[in-house]
Amino acid sequence: MSQSAVPSFPRHLLDFSDWNRGQVESILETAQMMQEVLARPVKKVPALTGFTVATVFFEPSTRTRLSFELAARRMSADVLSFATATSSTTKGETYRDTLRTLEQMGIDAYVIRVDAAGVCHQAYGWLHKPVINAGDGWRAHPTQALLDAFTLRERLGSLEGKKIAIVGDILHSRVARSNAELLTMLGAQVVACGPATLLPGSLPGATLTTSLKEALLEADAVMALRLQKERMDKGLLPSLPEYIAAYQITQERLAWARPLAPLLHPGPMNRDVELEGTLADSPQSLVERQVANGQAIRMAVLYHLLVGKRS
Amino acid sequence: MKFKSRLLGDDEVRRALTRIAHEVVEKNKGTEGLCFVGIHTRGISLAKRLVDLVEKFEGKQAPMGILDITLYRDDLSEIGLQPRVRETRIPFDLNGKAVVLVDDVLYTGRTARAALDALIDLGRPSRIYLAVLVDRGHRELPIRADFVGKNLPTSKSEVVKVKTLEDDGEDAVELWELEGA
Repeated sequence: MSQSAVPSFPRHLLDFSDWNRGQVESILETAQMMQEVLARPVKKVPALTGFTVATVFFEPSTRTRLSFELAARRMSADVLSFATATSSTTKGETYRDTLRTLEQMGIDAYVIRVDAAGVCHQAYGWLHKPVINAGDGWRAHPTQALLDAFTLRERLGSLEGKKIAIVGDILHSRVARSNAELLTMLGAQVVACGPATLLPGSLPGATLTTSLKEALLEADAVMALRLQKERMDKGLLPSLPEYIAAYQITQERLAWARPLAPLLHPGPMNRDVELEGTLADSPQSLVERQVANGQAIRMAVLYHLLVGKRS
Repeated sequence: MKFKSRLLGDDEVRRALTRIAHEVVEKNKGTEGLCFVGIHTRGISLAKRLVDLVEKFEGKQAPMGILDITLYRDDLSEIGLQPRVRETRIPFDLNGKAVVLVDDVLYTGRTARAALDALIDLGRPSRIYLAVLVDRGHRELPIRADFVGKNLPTSKSEVVKVKTLEDDGEDAVELWELEGA
């Protein structure tokens, strides 16, 4: 069979620190090909026949887990779904024991979501199999960033030199961290914006600002983040109306950005909080496209982490 | 790899494709329901040629698609092998069509097997033919071609390289020897 090999890939997708631009571009290119599979009447290919993928969710999530499981099934992998609502007090041993138990069941790759940062990195040492981080604490959510980059490129073409504004609770957002890491790797200029209490001391790759106008001005794309209402209980937000007054993306404020700048949101959305009224349903909104692209991205990630690497 | 000899030149490739185009039309009794699907990479260029030749002889352009078989390979769990996934695009309905699958070389038959599975996932053609420029033997599966440009007996330590104008700047078939084989 004719060969056309791709560059070798890290064994894990924990964040993008082990990944280079060429490898990321290959994932995005493969995801493009997976779109074709998803457009078929029979949305299934035999590429991962015989592989078993475990989705291990220590923190509740619906869309990410379903998206990964469907992606694995579309590639003909078997899926073991493990979800638990562990309290954050039972860390360490519990995670390790749970994962080691699964290891005995012949799992070929692990998709892990956990509320504590760094558990996916540890899991890699415990399991000796590919680990895909599906979100660890505030730290990283690499497949979300990949699907965001993919969605942005569909609309904008190359991200080289493009200004992408990320707005909301940057401090507690793994989505913001992974996007800052990935989008800058792809040549974009990332500006993260939110109230001072919700901005981190620094965000590698990104510029920080508390001024929404500064962030949106001439932006090529705008990404709003989910505002977690429990943040208010910790006194980080004075009130919801105050946040809305200063940081809600409205039709009027979106006009500061470039004409027809696409609008993204990783979901789940609080309507009328992060985005004004029906903005999420407007032609500028790529929110639904993001969900659709998520599956193709996860198929591509599974392909590159599993194929050619069985041990 | 070491170059051994040039097996076919551009005239011979042209004649072989011309003959295949005639045979396809003859076997299909015209161009009714006829379509071509080229397998990456050289199969695509060869399929385009066949479409053009059939159009020249019959005055009718047959629809053409391209097929990537990567996700259907039977060796994806082998260590160290990670082929690039390329585009599949069949811009017409395959149902009820007479499909001519086009590849450059028929060897083990594994690519053709994968292509058949891929094609059948995309629709239900009434008939699938296989056309290859070179059949070099050494089949590992019960697969044969319906249209063959040239039968070339080879040894397993040899490599048959098909070059096309579109992909390589010239039409030729060359024999190479695997280094250290």
